[in-house]
Amino acid sequence: MTAPRVYQTEAIIIKRTKLGEADRILTLCTPALGKLKAVAKGTRRPQSKLGGHVELLTHSLLMLARGRNLDIITQAQTIDDFLPLKDNLERVSRGLYISELVDSFTAERMEDRRLFNLLLDTLHQLSQAEDGELVLRYFELHLLERLGYRPRLQQCASCGSSLQPAANYFSSSQGGALCHDCAYQEPIARPLSLNALKVLRLWQDSDYATASRVRMKPELSSELEQVLREYIKYLLERQLKSTAWLDKLRQESQQANS
Amino acid sequence: MNIDSTPTAEPIARLIQEFNELPGIGPKSAQRLTYHVLRAPADKADALADAIKAVKEKLSLCSLCLNITDSQPCAICRDEERDHTTICVVEEPIDILSLERTRKYKGLYHVLHGVIAPADGIGPDELKIKDLLSRLNAGQVTEVILATNPNLEGEATAMYLQRLIAPLGIRLTRLARGLPYGGDLEYADDVTLSRALEGRQDM
Repeated sequence: MTAPRVYQTEAIIIKRTKLGEADRILTLCTPALGKLKAVAKGTRRPQSKLGGHVELLTHSLLMLARGRNLDIITQAQTIDDFLPLKDNLERVSRGLYISELVDSFTAERMEDRRLFNLLLDTLHQLSQAEDGELVLRYFELHLLERLGYRPRLQQCASCGSSLQPAANYFSSSQGGALCHDCAYQEPIARPLSLNALKVLRLWQDSDYATASRVRMKPELSSELEQVLREYIKYLLERQLKSTAWLDKLRQESQQANS
Repeated sequence: MNIDSTPTAEPIARLIQEFNELPGIGPKSAQRLTYHVLRAPADKADALADAIKAVKEKLSLCSLCLNITDSQPCAICRDEERDHTTICVVEEPIDILSLERTRKYKGLYHVLHGVIAPADGIGPDELKIKDLLSRLNAGQVTEVILATNPNLEGEATAMYLQRLIAPLGIRLTRLARGLPYGGDLEYADDVTLSRALEGRQDM
């Protein structure tokens, strides 16, 4: 049996590039087809009937026709436009960051329903959460887990011995926490405070509702950000581009407040 | 890339190659254009070559609005008839053409040459935002109209500019976002419709 010529899918639009005069290539995150690229014709014209239904960070129901190279979007209907997310500069920037994360870590046409649900859920949380940084950390940790990079946090990732309830280390190359002895042999291991370890452990095995009850001091929040950012950089072998923008925004708002 | 296996005279092959690199021109169109130029009278071909040379040699960015211009400052910034207290901020020089076509706007412009796109590594420092702020700090301007595109990056850029401009106490406006003329309500997306409702006007 040949695949049908047209098909329907839910999708979150995570990336968009211009194509020709008025068209765009969209990168979609879908539940059953994984990540895929599709052409949205005429979307740069104001009268386009697809227009806002296929804008970045929108959850839409799409009808696609199989094309020779890329499939072509023929109809689109918004399910959720995440308007509260788009109306706030910090929130929308975080949204763009998680789309870049998903796009960088996933391969095309690999079904991953749970990743889709995680992304959808995170966009909802980012639209309303007070502590957007916490949402980002929770997302990073669970995205890594979905991809098979779950950090090892109960025992030392190198020798397997139980971790002491004190300051330990984190190693991106070993993919987890290290005990004192092993950290000496691992030049790129960074210190990991006990609080940071506890929070990471809790987040790893809890749902978002439980995870969001954690109240973090700025130092802890920034430690967790650094740990996960280094780990992600190690895995991707490059820095994500949108982190520079997140840093700049935060720096400017701190300057404005001080 | 030589598409034909039959030997072509070198100048023809070269011109085909050059046309082929233009956006939207495939190998067949490139051949057709080449042979058109070949058959055209010499003065026509010279005019084309001159026009192409002129855009690269004579044009630069206006020192004020950063539009592409052949004079300093550009014709719009020099025009005494225009309202020098209003600046309309656009993403690209081509947007000025669209706004000028309406004949409704009599103020000045400022071209950002892009839009904040974090995933492409484009932040405010890559745009002409500092130039805009120094124009505003000069004190003559009383209104800034943000005319970045009504999409995610355009809106984000507008929100960012709002943060920078609001403390200066200058009136800040955004082009209305709503239903396109000649469009159809049935196909309007939720964001556009919400904005159109928010921005509804008495009649």
